[in-house]
This record gives sequence, C-alpha cells and structure tokens, in this order.
Amino acid sequence: MKNSSQSRLPLYAFVVFAFVMCALPAEAHLNTTGMGPFYDGLMHFLMSPEDIVPVLALALLAGLRGASYGRRALFTLPVAWLLGGLAGLSAMTTRPHPFIAAAWFLLLGGLLAADAKVSLRMTTALAALVGLYHGYLNGIGMGQFDTAAVALLGLVFAVFVLIALAAAFVVRLRAHWARIAVRVAGSWIAASGLLMLGWAVRTR
Amino acid sequence: MNMRRYSPLARAMALTVVVFLCAQTAFAHPQKGEAVGFLTGFRHPISGLDHVLAMVAVGLWGAQLGAPAIWVLPVAFPMVMAFGGMLGLMGVPLPGTEYGIALSAILLGAAVLFKVRPPLGVAAALVGVFAIFHGHAHGTELPPGQSALLYSMGFVIATGCLHALGIGIGTVHRWSWGQKLLRVAGAVVAIGGSFFMWKAVA
Repeated sequence: MKNSSQSRLPLYAFVVFAFVMCALPAEAHLNTTGMGPFYDGLMHFLMSPEDIVPVLALALLAGLRGASYGRRALFTLPVAWLLGGLAGLSAMTTRPHPFIAAAWFLLLGGLLAADAKVSLRMTTALAALVGLYHGYLNGIGMGQFDTAAVALLGLVFAVFVLIALAAAFVVRLRAHWARIAVRVAGSWIAASGLLMLGWAVRTR
Repeated sequence: MNMRRYSPLARAMALTVVVFLCAQTAFAHPQKGEAVGFLTGFRHPISGLDHVLAMVAVGLWGAQLGAPAIWVLPVAFPMVMAFGGMLGLMGVPLPGTEYGIALSAILLGAAVLFKVRPPLGVAAALVGVFAIFHGHAHGTELPPGQSALLYSMGFVIATGCLHALGIGIGTVHRWSWGQKLLRVAGAVVAIGGSFFMWKAVA
C-alpha cells in the first residue's frame, strides 16, 4: 500500500499543479461575475475593514459577557443595520467622518480590552448605534444602484453571520488565557483607533 | 525520511505546487492605497532593529515576570505606543526620540538580564513611557497617501506579533537552562540598545 501511494505522488502533484495553473482571476469586487446584488452586498461587507472591525469588536464584547448578551447583539445589530441602510438609501449627502470611525474603534476596543462589565441594556444600545451608523453609511454608498435593497440584505446577512460566529466562539471560551487573548485583540482595536484619530487630525 | 524514495521529478513538482500555493494575493481592484496601507503598516515596526529589540524585550520581560505582567505589558505597550503615534501624527514634538528608543532597549534588556521584578504598576509605567517614544517615531515617519485604517491595523498587529514572539521565546523560563538563556537574550537586547544609543549620540 505504501509503495502504491508513493508512486501516485507525481500524479497527485500534477493534478494539483494543473488546478493551480487554471486558477480563475481574482474577482475582488464582483464587477463582472454576475453573482447578483445579494452577494455583491455580502462581499462588500467582507471586504470593508471599517465595517468588519466594529462588528467583530462588538461580537467579542458581547460574547465575553455571556450568551444572553451575544443573543441580544445578534438580533439587534443586523436589524439596526438594515434600518440604517434603508434610511441611507434615500440620503445622498453625508460622508463618513474619520473621527467617528476612530471613536468606534476606541470605544468598542477599549471596552473589550478592559473587559468592561457593560449591562445588557448598554450592549443593546451599542449594537443599535453601531448598526444604525454603519448601515446608514452603507445605504448612502449603495443608493445609486437599482438593486441596492437586495445588496443591503446580503450585507445584513453577512453581519448576522459574522456576529453569530464570533460571539458564539467567545461565549464558549473558558480558558483564562483564551479570554485574555480576546481582550488583547480589543487593545489592538483601540490602539488602531488612536492612530486613526491622529491620522484624522493630520489630514483634516 | 520517505522523501528519499521520491523521484526528482516528483520532488520538483511538489515544490512547484507549494510555491504556487504560496502566491501573493492578486490585488485586482484595490481601493486606493488599501493593500499598500496594511503591508506598509505591518512592515513599519519590524523594519527597524531598534524597535524590534525593545518590543521583543517587552514580551521577554512579561514572560519572565509571569502573570499578570505577561499580558498586561504587551497590552500596555501597543496602547501607549498608539498614543505616541497619534501625537506624532498630530505634529506634537517630542524631544530625544532616538535616545528614548535606544534607552528602552537598554533598560528593558537589563531588566531581563538582572531579573528585575518591580511592582506591576511600575513595570507597566516604564514600558508605557518608552512606548510613547516608539509610537511617536512611527507617527512622524508615516508615509503620505496610505490608508489610515489599514495602516494602523497593520502597525498594531505587527507590534503585537513582536510581543508574542518575545513571550514565545520567554516561555523557556520554566526550565533552569531556559532562565539562563533568557538572561542572555536580555543581555543581547541591552547590548543592541547600547549600540543604537552610541549611534544616536555620535
């Protein structure tokens, strides 16, 4: 058996090599794939770190507090995101303010790093505010397309999946070092927010 | 061991596959400055040996001191360093930056070498003060036209990785030979810091 599997190695290597050589072009922003507006919205979120990081921070914060907090954030954030997005679809004027983006990073990262004992009500309020603000900005960006509402649904779906996975992952963490690692991630997010704040002042 | 039985062709093919699988990301439609921003930010802390020495030393010292310093120091350093970076970005002057960076490597290396065990607050304050110098230097050296968010994230993540490297090396502290090795590493950091101090003064 061993010799047989070894003799097949060149064949396996050739097959993998052929697949690698036939790789499709990177369709980063789905301009030409025709995957549809739903997936366009989904991919838009996944390729926007300014949206992903606050969601991730909120998910980690809620997960660190417990399952009930995670559940509350899980349903509040996507709904707020959707409402904000729908409001943004009809607005064409506002641009994202770098100070506010930095403030979100600082606030959520700082709370996470400090393992702040935020109440369930506060977690809900944070989730609602993050969702409304980022959803509104996304809505503004998508407002120029006919299929924006469907793209918004895809985006909200991605938000739901990310917060569900991240919060659930943290809720089940029991090891002390693992929970500290989550807090370290929060300190990195807050530190990034500080740098972004300085950058915003510099480029003002 | 079994690879010796493979033909040269098989080895070459396997190597080629590995190389192709390690291909760099195709930035087909990058948003302006984004791909460059993260990589530039990530490379910045690891591009200067003086910074690397100090950041690894923070991890070494944290590992030597044990809990809770093992995670307090690596958390304090990026946070305060980012504050220093913010000052640098805002154009707030900080005199003697190069001296501060060199001194950080000397003192942190010496702390590891002599197994200095101050109270946690003192250790965190010491690390924090030096972090301001490192952050300020990075903030003022920032290249124009980068993506602020991605640059910042790359910068902080690289710093955290350097601390993690120091902590990883510092785990040898549990063995007696490892404790000696750790002190030798501290000596190397201190010597490196002395070299950079000499360069700064000269």
